[in-house]
Amino acid sequence: MLTILFDGIAYGMLLFVISCGLAVTLGLMNFVNLAHGAFAMLGGYCAYVLVNFYGMPFFASLPVAFLFAAMIGLLAERSLYVHFYNRSHLEQVLFTIGFVFMTSALVDYFLGSQQRFINLPSYLQGRFDFFGVGVGKYRLLIILVCALIVIVLQLILGHTRFGSRLRAAVDDQRVARGLGINVNWVFALTFAAGCGLAGLGGALGAEILSLEPHFPLKFMIYFLIVVSVGGTSSITGPFLASILLGIGDVAGKYYAPRFGGFVIYTIMIVVLVLRPQGLFTRGTSK
Amino acid sequence: MLRRSLLAALAATALAGGTLPAAAQETVKIGLIIPLTGPFTTTGKQLEAAARLYMQQNGTTVAGKKIELIVRDDAGRAENTARIAGELIQNDKVSFIAGFGLTPLAMATAPIATNAKVPMVVMMAGTSIITERSPYIVRTSFTLGQSAVVIADWAAKNKIKKVVTLVTDYAPGHDAEKSFVDQFKSKGGEIVESIRVPIQNPDFAPFLQRVLDAKPDALYVFTPSGQGSILMKQFIERGLDKSGIRLIGTGDITDDDILNGFGDAAIGVVTAHNYSTAHPSPKNQEYVAAFKKANPSLRPNFASVGAYDGMHLIYEALKKTNGNTDGDALLAAMKGMKWESPRGPMSIDPETRDIVQTIYIRKVEKKDGELYNIEFESFPDIKDPVKAAKK
Repeated sequence: MLTILFDGIAYGMLLFVISCGLAVTLGLMNFVNLAHGAFAMLGGYCAYVLVNFYGMPFFASLPVAFLFAAMIGLLAERSLYVHFYNRSHLEQVLFTIGFVFMTSALVDYFLGSQQRFINLPSYLQGRFDFFGVGVGKYRLLIILVCALIVIVLQLILGHTRFGSRLRAAVDDQRVARGLGINVNWVFALTFAAGCGLAGLGGALGAEILSLEPHFPLKFMIYFLIVVSVGGTSSITGPFLASILLGIGDVAGKYYAPRFGGFVIYTIMIVVLVLRPQGLFTRGTSK
Repeated sequence: MLRRSLLAALAATALAGGTLPAAAQETVKIGLIIPLTGPFTTTGKQLEAAARLYMQQNGTTVAGKKIELIVRDDAGRAENTARIAGELIQNDKVSFIAGFGLTPLAMATAPIATNAKVPMVVMMAGTSIITERSPYIVRTSFTLGQSAVVIADWAAKNKIKKVVTLVTDYAPGHDAEKSFVDQFKSKGGEIVESIRVPIQNPDFAPFLQRVLDAKPDALYVFTPSGQGSILMKQFIERGLDKSGIRLIGTGDITDDDILNGFGDAAIGVVTAHNYSTAHPSPKNQEYVAAFKKANPSLRPNFASVGAYDGMHLIYEALKKTNGNTDGDALLAAMKGMKWESPRGPMSIDPETRDIVQTIYIRKVEKKDGELYNIEFESFPDIKDPVKAAKK
């Protein structure tokens, strides 16, 4: 029972790290970015290449995956995304879906379509018993890393100048610009950081989610559910939503394997019917 | 979708029907439709490599006619397969369509083969019902039931009494589950639970936890070949091996092509299947050596022999009809044909046009630094059990 809870939390944490960047682009910047999973995939493949081909230690590859995905994200934002901010949502959807197909095809071309696994050090494999609860070492690592990320994110948003600028830019773009905040750069950096986090999540999750060229499409629905259930106005919303979905998904598959796949969709429908603005929003601002 | 394939089929009949009787062609064309892009690329590569190898070894002239192979990519999507089959028959005037990496691809193409009266050689897809969908379908791969029944027999004989089954929730998975469960129960075994997992399933963890808590003697698994690796990793990660649960299954989970990527986690897994790269016959050693020479990065798997034997069947049928490409004559020639394949002796059942072959029990072992499925028991002349049960 507790093992299921533990697995669910690990899965949820992972979902959060990958999709919190999407909450920012979709919710704060009002941009429908379906290509978010592509950055997660690139981060995952970056770690895979570094660890398996160049023998880099697994832990060292994680920050590199973050930086790599963030850089690609920044480049893509400055060169491509920036032209689509003021277009209709349909055009944004078409553009980002096309972007997904292109990255999938590129990865397929260079690295093949098989599932890839990152070679993990042996001390991260297996599991141990903790007062009768089976704890997977790797899943424990995921929980620790993700918890750290959540705390850091919360601190940055709440206690730094950049955080207050971001919140200002989101609350009222025009006034923020009037006060001399470079809104474009704030958004660009935020976008890049979101992509970086997705990349880090992709590298961490390669072991559990399985890395392959169709990764972005396979998980797109999960990321969108996290954002729509969690609402987009804070970090805590998507975070709690991710945990809820992770536990719901794992427990559903455990207790009712025949219907397990439907549980998260049911949660989503119920939440959206009862609270269309998302589960954890602080009132409506506009 | 159905309407479109029917239209394509109608068009195909109109054209092909008009041209086939005038069969004074000097070349005989074979259309090979396989997934060369998308998630099933590895299967397509194996099929193509083996088909080309057969032609390279046996020449391109049969019964005085020149053989031409046309390879087309369907990306593993049924609507493409049906459309390409129609095009190949209408425009390229192929005398055979072959390939078919997945069950839905073969199912979508079946009516086209029927209408055009063109022999359709299924080289990979393994659901029982496929051959019933058209009288022009012949299969050279395997049916999942064949492997499932054999592993069920083996498990019952080897002190495995309680089993949980875990299959992917689509037609081949249902075949694999039903054949195993029926056979295992008839031998006095107990099925604790049957779990079906969604085909788009990211994480096996909860399902495996359920298995662990059910404490069976063995877990029987069928997944499409790509997903086997992640299942096996999580099987170990969750400690199912240490709690004494054995992993058994059809050979799809220990696909020779990707087995090496699993790492030592796979050692000791027992499966039943029709072909192993390590099959010890001289014919197979020759086959593996030639295959690796032509494709240094690949190791031949069960998909490859399906294509190799499919080409053999086409060549031999043409020899028998003396180059006549009439669909009915070719089908008559193919029925009941017997030969020695790299996998061992095999034949085409004259009644069902399905494959009859030896199924082997194999165990994953490390040999010369590589992982192989080492065969240690064989069950000769296995027919498709699903069709046998219908009678």
